[in-house]
Amino acid sequence: MTAPTEGLSRLHGGLRLPAQKTHSTGAPIREVAVAPRLIMPLGRKAGAAARPLVAAGDRVTRGQRIAEGRPPVSANVHAASSGTVAAIEDRPAPARDGGAVPCILIDTDGDDRLHEDCRPLPDSITRDPAALAGAVEDAGILGLGGAAYPTAPKLAEGLGQGLEALILNGAECEPCISCDDRLMREQAADIVSGARLMLTILGIRECLVAIESDKPEAWQAMKAAVAEAPEGIRLVQLPTVYPSGGEDQLVRLLTGREVPSGGLPADVGYLVHNVGTAEAVARLAASGEPLVSRVVTVTGDGIAEPGNYRVRLGTPMADLARAAGGYTERAACLIMGGPMTGVSLPHDDFPVVGATNCLLFTREPPAVSGEPERPCIRCGECARVCPVRLQPQQLHRHAGPVDEEALALFGLDDCIECGCCDLVCPSHIPLTRSFRRAKAALRLKAHERRKAERARHRFEARERRLSRREQAARERQEDVRRQAGAEAIREILERRRRGRGDED
Amino acid sequence: MRFRTVHLPLLRPKTGVGEVMRQVLYALAPAAAVYVWFFGPGLLFNVLVAAVFCLGSEALILRIRGMPVAPALEDYSAVVTAVLLAFALPPLTPWWVTATGSIFAMVFAKHLYGGLGYNVFNPAMAGYVAVLLSFPVAMTAWLPPRMGDLDYEGLSLLESLGYVLAGRLPEGVTLDAITRATPLDSVREGLREMRIFAEIRTNPLFGDFGGRGWEWIDNFIALGGFWLLYRGIIRWHIPVAVLAGVLVPATIASILQPGLVPTPGFHLFSGATLLCAFFIATDPVSAATSPAGRLLYGFGIGLITWAIRTWGGYPDGVAFAVLLMNMAVPAIDRYTRPRIAGHGRST
Repeated sequence: MTAPTEGLSRLHGGLRLPAQKTHSTGAPIREVAVAPRLIMPLGRKAGAAARPLVAAGDRVTRGQRIAEGRPPVSANVHAASSGTVAAIEDRPAPARDGGAVPCILIDTDGDDRLHEDCRPLPDSITRDPAALAGAVEDAGILGLGGAAYPTAPKLAEGLGQGLEALILNGAECEPCISCDDRLMREQAADIVSGARLMLTILGIRECLVAIESDKPEAWQAMKAAVAEAPEGIRLVQLPTVYPSGGEDQLVRLLTGREVPSGGLPADVGYLVHNVGTAEAVARLAASGEPLVSRVVTVTGDGIAEPGNYRVRLGTPMADLARAAGGYTERAACLIMGGPMTGVSLPHDDFPVVGATNCLLFTREPPAVSGEPERPCIRCGECARVCPVRLQPQQLHRHAGPVDEEALALFGLDDCIECGCCDLVCPSHIPLTRSFRRAKAALRLKAHERRKAERARHRFEARERRLSRREQAARERQEDVRRQAGAEAIREILERRRRGRGDED
Repeated sequence: MRFRTVHLPLLRPKTGVGEVMRQVLYALAPAAAVYVWFFGPGLLFNVLVAAVFCLGSEALILRIRGMPVAPALEDYSAVVTAVLLAFALPPLTPWWVTATGSIFAMVFAKHLYGGLGYNVFNPAMAGYVAVLLSFPVAMTAWLPPRMGDLDYEGLSLLESLGYVLAGRLPEGVTLDAITRATPLDSVREGLREMRIFAEIRTNPLFGDFGGRGWEWIDNFIALGGFWLLYRGIIRWHIPVAVLAGVLVPATIASILQPGLVPTPGFHLFSGATLLCAFFIATDPVSAATSPAGRLLYGFGIGLITWAIRTWGGYPDGVAFAVLLMNMAVPAIDRYTRPRIAGHGRST
């Protein structure tokens, strides 16, 4: 593999991590049987959930829309198999904050019948950017790289921005995860056709497909697929450095441009989508099937048959684990996502969702009981590896009791929570966790400030209203008094005049 | 099934503070051995006394502060302070002087500022300056190197111990008889007497660049420094900047006034220049923390060291230079923040 990595910009920092992918890359993607019960969350957060279109007891078929999304925060949800709606209830979502979201529970019937509206997209749609964008939105396609942001609004971000190119992210830089690798090996042609559909929507021709250098098989497969596609789609090999697959880091590596703080890649002319997302778009065009499944890497020493599995969204993680041979005695922790940025989950009753790129079943991390956490000695190793060029040692100093001004100065908001700093800290400080907490504390503070501000406004408005009312009352009284006074004077004058008259 | 939740990243760091500090000690070991070869066992007593009092006073103050004692002692930072202090003191230093320096370093310089990670001043240098100002005479007991051609009247192990512990010298031996001015002292005095540098250098105490014996210790200190650089325990910015801070003005001065000022090589291989560059100024806690800041910090230390040697009241200026630059660290850190990705050049 001597593909071009030259010509790439340099990423600051980053780490070479043990890949730990070979356990799961050996076998092809296996299809997992439909679970008896599917749990379909209607969004990532309670406030942004999609609106249910079915009620308990309704019969549903695979691909049938069962909830209407509220773009851009949530996408349409489709039944992942046929069956009966058992209930609509709140369930904890598999996410870091773990709040409850409304979920539609489906008891599957085993027939897995496809909804009659799911038909391959005709040319009239696949060649019309607006219609195609509409179809992607209708199909509820989410970014399958791990963030699960709805794809249609993300594509829309790029419209009218003078985009230079679409970037397909096949870096998959985080250890343990290999679903994109297997997908590229097995469905390279689908990924390329998905990329072409995305290009149609965006009205551009250039597409860069970024693949890390440790995936030679995927590279070969994608190379063959790209060779058959029209010009404009180009493969780029990335150095195997974590986190080269981070959106902003990827743009930086490929183009040398920096996504402005708080901005989007579209601000510098690029749009980044995951290769799995492209495959989902191609699947929609080819079969009309909306997003009802994804490939999940199931791996770790806690699982009997590590590998990649195509699984229906909504499948309880326990069912997926059973399909992967069940647990070994080492299964002590369940991580959704990779070992760097994933979420540690307390049980396996959570459903597989769009963001579930990997389930890692593993023993407890070894060094928890080893070296204790010590004070920061300001060695600065964290700053050396930070891909955003932050100084975690300085952020840490101000994150304990949060010092808002200092945290802003040292760029807390720019932290991408990649976890590199944690791995090099000789004091074993959980830096990323403390930054996450500091961000949450600041959000809360800002929220409270807004609330207080609103309350103050309300209070002031009330005060004004009251004082206006008082003023008006006073004026009325004054008027009355003035009138009364005038009257009295008139009366006196009258009397005097009369008196004088009397004297006369 | 239920699972235990853990904080991510799941991977854990490979090294720890204790390991880092141990590496620093290993890196100093060869230089210490050479030191003992040339100047007798005094250094070992210094190390021993300093270590006992550093660890002891740290344990005591941790108890007083109500903090766990064992983890703090296990991080070896107190031992590193002790060893650096021992290197700074003359080989024949009465135990109570060393003890005073150690206690000052731990209690005043380190823990009154909040302990490891929070101390503004380099503890070893603060301790050294405290005894330098308090007991100036004891700070001059430097010995001549053990070289074949010098009239060397060294003390034996027991005799050294007797002096360190009880201030007792063997019958008929006076301190003046066995101690010698350091090369930096001789140059200072010589230049003051209007002699030229080349002439001062003819003194048998001088070697190729700096003082005889000292040059060899410095070679091994540099070797230890390279080891730390190779292991990634320290980074290049501070050592390079400290050396540049000494060498740049020294070179300019020796071009402008050839023969009237010490050569850059003499500055490099005398006093604590190399020890400072690799082991003292690189203490991360009291140093600036950004790469640019470390360059500035190091250069400042080098420059002030050179300035004190040239115009100041002390033969060497390393300790004062380090403490002065320690004070500048908050300002340096504020104005040398690296540009964060995604922010314009101006912010």
